[in-house]
Amino acid sequence: MTGTLAGIGAGLAVIGAGIGIGMIGGRATEAIARQPEAYSMIQTVMIITAAMIEGVALFAVVVSLIK
Amino acid sequence: MINFRKFVVNTGWILLFLFTSVNFALASEKEHSEDSSNEEFDARSFILDHVKDSHEWHIATYTSHGEEKHLNVPLPVILYSNNSGLSIFMSSKLAHGHTYKGFKLEEEGEYAGKIVEITESEGEENILIPLDFSITKTVFGMFVSVIIVLWLFLSLAKSYRKSGVSEPKGLQAVLEPVVLFVRDDIAKLILGKDHYEKYLPYLLSAFFFIWINNILGLIPVFPFGANVTGNISVTLVLAVFTFIVTQISGKKQYWKHIVATPGVPFWLAPVMIPVEIISLFTKPFALMIRLFANIVAGHMSLLTFIGLIFIFKSIYVAPGSIFFVLFMYTIEILVGFLQAYIFTILSAVFIGQAIAEEH
Repeated sequence: MTGTLAGIGAGLAVIGAGIGIGMIGGRATEAIARQPEAYSMIQTVMIITAAMIEGVALFAVVVSLIK
Repeated sequence: MINFRKFVVNTGWILLFLFTSVNFALASEKEHSEDSSNEEFDARSFILDHVKDSHEWHIATYTSHGEEKHLNVPLPVILYSNNSGLSIFMSSKLAHGHTYKGFKLEEEGEYAGKIVEITESEGEENILIPLDFSITKTVFGMFVSVIIVLWLFLSLAKSYRKSGVSEPKGLQAVLEPVVLFVRDDIAKLILGKDHYEKYLPYLLSAFFFIWINNILGLIPVFPFGANVTGNISVTLVLAVFTFIVTQISGKKQYWKHIVATPGVPFWLAPVMIPVEIISLFTKPFALMIRLFANIVAGHMSLLTFIGLIFIFKSIYVAPGSIFFVLFMYTIEILVGFLQAYIFTILSAVFIGQAIAEEH
């Protein structure tokens, strides 16, 4: 039973991270389409933000898999 | 067009090679399982054994005369205990649960995977845990990668000293763009052009150490393939370096933001100060977990796809499984670079926050 619950917890964390990173990617693409000359700056900010979200999601996954 | 054809032909050869080699492995596996009682394939321990650190380097398991044998590279074990002092020997002395000089590699129970010292006093067995400084698989893999990084950069430095800054050739042409990328797109961009030079050596070392280790971790033959950056102790030490560099370079503004955040009413201080102090530690903690979890997850998913063949015990799973393994490998090469980049750029961001001047 614990195994199943851990799986559900990890899955929920991944849903959250997926929505978050999807929004970042979508908005970044829009921003680059509007201002192609700011491409590299937008990309850097996008990667940093995505890494932050990913970090939080990985916390949740690790916690749900450990116990 | 010609390139594309070449690509297709090459990919076809690689697929054919992999498919036949897996066929061969499956055929021998089948014979094996027929004579030695139909064993269930334990995917969990198969995957965890590959991801975990160990005292010996396991290469293959084979059967001869109906007996299971392991092909291992022994690694040195270095132990220090209060009882018997320093002892150094090869890990092959501890193989198969043997006891050597009172030391034993526990395989199960509370101390599974650790070396314990068993001493007898007055007919009672005592278990001591010695300090373990062994050259384990991870440490050995790290030595290999450090030698490679040193060789790459010392020869790069030599070629610059000899021919000066000119049109890059050979190794120079490979490494120069990456070094410039770290300098321009990470250090200069985040830290600003007045401060970046001081922190560039640390950022470059962190970047190349992580990147080379990520890539070497994907090569499945002997001196490579240790899961170095997927070991939480290694990522912990890397994160601690970033933490120390950040704290040491912290300016007045940085500490002021922690002790008395400007614009926040004084009665919120009991809440704000603990939160700010916790956030000092969560940043490097996130760096540690991010690198560790990404690399371990990559290795695990690769092994899971390979393990599917043995779980289903069917040859027809092999093409699909190999396709996914190749796909994951390509993604893992990208992830290896991306994680090195993210670790470096976040380190730069944290350092940048610490050295920011008052506006």
